[in-house]
Amino acid sequence: MRVWYFSEMAYHPAWEEGLKRGSLRVVLPNANYDPEIGHQLLNRYLDEFRLCDEVGLDIMVNEHHSTSTCLTISVPMALAVIARETKRARLLSLGTPIANRPDPVRVAEEMAWLDVLSGGRLEMGLVKGAPYEIAPANSNPATLMRRYWEAHDLILKAMSTTSGPFSWEGEFFHYRNVNIWPRPYQQPTPPVWMTGLSPETGRMAAEHGHVVGTLLSLSAAGPMFEAYRKRAQELGWTAGADRFAYAGVVGVGATREEGLRRANLAADYVRTSVVVAEPFTNPPGYNSLAANVAALKSGGKRGGFVRDRNGNPVDQRTASIEQLIESGTCFAGTPDDVYNQIKGLHDSVGGFGNLLMFGQGGFLDHADTVVNITLFAEEVLPRLRELSPSRAATQAAAAQ
Amino acid sequence: MTQTIQVGGTVLELTERGQGRPLLFLHAGEGLAPERPWLDLLSRHYRVIAPTHPGYGTSAPIDGGAGGIDDLAYLYLDLARELGLEGAVLVGADLGGWIAAEMMVRSSARFSSLVLVAPLGIKLRGRDERDIADFHAMTRAEYLEAAWADPAKGEVDYAALPDTELAAIVRGREAFALYGWKPYMHNPRLKRWLHRIDRPTLLLWGAQDGIVTPEYGEGWRREIPGARLDIVPAAGHFPHWEQPDDFVQRLSAFIDGRNA
Repeated sequence: MRVWYFSEMAYHPAWEEGLKRGSLRVVLPNANYDPEIGHQLLNRYLDEFRLCDEVGLDIMVNEHHSTSTCLTISVPMALAVIARETKRARLLSLGTPIANRPDPVRVAEEMAWLDVLSGGRLEMGLVKGAPYEIAPANSNPATLMRRYWEAHDLILKAMSTTSGPFSWEGEFFHYRNVNIWPRPYQQPTPPVWMTGLSPETGRMAAEHGHVVGTLLSLSAAGPMFEAYRKRAQELGWTAGADRFAYAGVVGVGATREEGLRRANLAADYVRTSVVVAEPFTNPPGYNSLAANVAALKSGGKRGGFVRDRNGNPVDQRTASIEQLIESGTCFAGTPDDVYNQIKGLHDSVGGFGNLLMFGQGGFLDHADTVVNITLFAEEVLPRLRELSPSRAATQAAAAQ
Repeated sequence: MTQTIQVGGTVLELTERGQGRPLLFLHAGEGLAPERPWLDLLSRHYRVIAPTHPGYGTSAPIDGGAGGIDDLAYLYLDLARELGLEGAVLVGADLGGWIAAEMMVRSSARFSSLVLVAPLGIKLRGRDERDIADFHAMTRAEYLEAAWADPAKGEVDYAALPDTELAAIVRGREAFALYGWKPYMHNPRLKRWLHRIDRPTLLLWGAQDGIVTPEYGEGWRREIPGARLDIVPAAGHFPHWEQPDDFVQRLSAFIDGRNA
């Protein structure tokens, strides 16, 4: 298993005000952001990413917009800094919300440039983006997935075509001369990742042989990975564990109490990420017809995406650390505890080769984050590397 | 009665009621809601023909979602030809008013008059001023407050509706976003061509419309030659829904000089 350390680079000093106003995103005015504190936080978070490289962890970066939960507004900008400050870690962009980007060729250029800069260490997530990203991007939610797939196809074609220029006259994007310089270091493209919560996403990812990631809820991971494996089998190849990724919050300590304390602080990421002004939580067309009918029937109750082991929604805003361990959202305690929890989840969903480690969240301070990262790397990572090694590699046949 | 009709490769759901002069009614972004009283009231005087916009009800969006407002305008012009309408009254509310205006700047040949009920569709003021409230950024309560003179009249008990109706509501919301998300609920080029509307035009506006204000209606009146703007008291953004009798009386007085 590979472990990818991840932090949203939160601006937690504004959370109290955001909670008071009922939204940490979209409508919370940036008067609640202090440029000097932001300067210190961004640099601190980048130091923590650099530490990961030193202790043997891989690195993941994501982006959100118009929010106090995440100061990273551009994956390529953050990864450009990190690429220069690291030597060994693979760098996962998870990812670029390509249905919200007006210019997919620019995305292809930026990803190729990062791959060149890092000497082929880039892994490239092409993601749908969360519902509350629709408003900051002002992209049409009713055409989101059609735009996603057109951008996806265009980006991969732009990165892998060496005999350009080529033209593209699609439903959403129009170019007459696509011919990107530089082209990527890895041929024909860096590994591609997708994210989601549903078996349908699992099936679609399998159609392309992409890595698929899900987050914070073991009851979503199992069916999604299973749908992927089944579809791959139908297409004549076997999906190895390296095709699957799972994201969870990690808090590790010399004692169980210390690990739980760290996880509880980092888990504020989970508790705050769903606090969004109601109109932005479910733009029309974003969710399925069935999900929306169910939401109308239930009076529009929102539970976020954390589910317990039986698939029932857990209220993320108020969940205790114990509930979050139970739901597979957090891994917390001593190194043994954390390893056993991860292994348990791994085994229950048929294996996954990538753990996306939320190792920092909000009020977990720098000193605690450093210990969380180093202790995990020393005591847990070596054992995880041995986990399901036989399933580590997808057969060559998977490469499209 | 509700039927389906094929028009230029699109399957349209059509509600038809009454006898007399044909009246093509284009519904609001909220949906047709044929069980509401205004269609029946209109059908006392007219042969009311009310299509369900593609994507609403049980229908698919036009061309799988690739089509926009201009496609709907051409589709309904084709429908008018298909039905052989002559001297028909064209009525559109909200989204339907926007579509009706897009039709009339293209061809008014089959219509004798136009009634626009709080239409969306044009941009009047500066780039940093909203003409049309961003109702997708409102809670349901805020929306009812803005769209209704009496917000209680707009409330819907979703839990009491059957799944088929809920599905139609969800589909309609998606279709509304599909057609109107960006630029938000307007065509930046439409105002430029409103002078082409060469039929008597009545603009009906709820006095308490907080989605598009009567001042926005005044902007429409200025752009359409000879248009008249009537303000409906005790009504918000849906005067045909909130004051159906008053709505029909004003409409038929304008069309036929009749006191309903």
